Formats: sequence, structure tokens, C-alpha cells
Amino acid sequence: MSQDLHADAEAHASVPLYLGVFAALLVLTGITVAAARVDFGVFNNVVALGIAFTKALLVIAFFMHVRWAGKLVVLVVGSGFVFLGILCFFLMSDYVSRTWSLLAG
Amino acid sequence: MSAHGTFLRHHFANPEQQKESAVLGMWVFIAQEILFFGGLFATYLVYRTSYPYAFADAAGHLDWKLGAVNTVVLIFSSFTMAMAVHAAAHGKHEAIVAWLLATILLGAVFLGVKAVEYGDKFEHHLVPGRHFQYTPHHEANLAADPDLAKHAQLYYSLYFGMTGLHALHMVIGIPILGWIAWRASRGEFSAAYDSPVEITGLYWHFVDIVWIFLFPLLYLIGAH
Repeated sequence: MSQDLHADAEAHASVPLYLGVFAALLVLTGITVAAARVDFGVFNNVVALGIAFTKALLVIAFFMHVRWAGKLVVLVVGSGFVFLGILCFFLMSDYVSRTWSLLAG
Repeated sequence: MSAHGTFLRHHFANPEQQKESAVLGMWVFIAQEILFFGGLFATYLVYRTSYPYAFADAAGHLDWKLGAVNTVVLIFSSFTMAMAVHAAAHGKHEAIVAWLLATILLGAVFLGVKAVEYGDKFEHHLVPGRHFQYTPHHEANLAADPDLAKHAQLYYSLYFGMTGLHALHMVIGIPILGWIAWRASRGEFSAAYDSPVEITGLYWHFVDIVWIFLFPLLYLIGAH
């Protein structure tokens, strides 16, 4: 199965596919710039990060061949992001709750 | 063994297993890199939420157009890198060299633009340290945050830390691309043995992904 992981990847990957991903990344860059110039309040961050994650996913899935990779590679890629999420979550749960008090008033 | 030449190391059963190990090893390194940069991104998250006005104001001093140009340059270099890996998988030596040289050129353009931006920050005293001087981009931000200059300096510490670490990865990556191009020109790679090109590509694409996040987080937060 995963033994022909790369034969697989290059069997699926093609120049038109790479060109398509390249074009999609350029379009998303344009959207990021345009969206940043409009004031959506906190949603500016949601839009900017949403687009950034979409772009990252395109690069990882196609340019980095993870779309056609075995489960072990997907697990390793995912673990990097999961642990980054854990770092950010617990860090922010500390900073956000510092001003809270268990005693009312 | 003889069928696959000299590239198969004796501790691997076959070329496929050797390549799979190389790719997996590179991904373990990249997972580590995600957390290496992740420390800086987490720091950014804490201070950006603590001092939103100073961060938006300080970002206003960056030239987002140069940042956008560099984003396009780096995405283009990711495409040329993907094409180099594609050429390697089909054993086309000359195409590998050509695409890798294009990638090197685009990487050099990126670093050149970055050098111009850094020079501008030195000129305008926006480099953290004893010579840091800050003029608010919008006076309203000064009213919202009386310690604006101090917190803007924090933004610039993160700006130089994050873009500097990213640029260092490119400074390391470009000679590696050159080395791989030289090996490709000697006909070392083939459809059966292309893992050095493949894993160098993984590194280069990772550097592109870091910039995909840095661009909106550093350049675009003060745009509206």
C-alpha cells in the first residue's frame, strides 16, 4: 500500500494540477489583501486566518503530496498542528482568565 | 541491488522503503519546525490580544505592497519547486536543474525585497533597542493605548524575530537547492531515486507556508 506512495503521488500529480493550485494560491492572496482593507471587526482575523489555513492546506495536500501519502505521514503532519493548537489553547486560557475572580465584587 | 545502482543503502530492503523513510523523516523534522515557529506565533497571539491598538498601529508602518509582492514571489517559488520535484520523478535532469535555478532566483528576489524593507526600518528607527523611536500612525491609537511606543516596540521585536527566523530558513534553503541542482546536473537522480529533490521540496514548501501566515498577521492587521 504505502510502499508505492510516491509512484502514486506522481501518478496523480500533473502540470495542470500544479498550475491550478498555483492560480488558487494567487487568487486567495488577492482576497486576503482585499478583505483586510474592509473593516469586519473581529471577523477580519477570522477571514485572514481562514484563508491562510486554506492556502496552507493546498500547499500541504498537493505541492507536498500529502493528498496521496500514507496514514503515517498524515498523522505526523497533523500532530505538528495539534500540538501547536494545544500550546495556543492553554496559553490563552491562562492570559484570558487572569482578570477573572472567583470572588464576586 | 545492482538493478538500482549505488543509491540504495544496505539497511533498507528496497528503494521504495528507503524513500518512504526519507519522506517520513523530513515530515518529523517539519512537525518540529511547526512548533519551533509555533512558539513565536503563540507569543504573537498573546501580545496581539493584549495590545491590539499598538499592533495595528505598528503594522501600519510596514509597506503591505512589498509584503504582497513577496507573497506572490514565494508562492511562485513553491510552484517552481513542485515542478522540479515533478521533473525528478520523471528523471528529466535538465528540467530539474532549470526549475531549481528558477526557485533559487525567486528566493533571492524575496530576500532582496526583505533587505530593502529591513533597511527602511533601520532608517526610520523602528528596530527595537536603544535607538527605537516611534511616531503613531494614527493618533487615535495613542489615545486608546498610552504606552503605544513601548507596545509598538514589542510588535517590532516579533516582526524582526519572526521574519528573521523565516529569512534564515531561506538563507539555509538556497544553498541546499544549489547543491541539489548540482547533483541533478551530474545525473544523480532518476525516477527510481528522487528523494533528495522531494524532501528538499518539502522543506521549501514549509518555508512558503510560514510566510503565508506571516503576511496577513504582520502586514495586513492595520489596513482597515
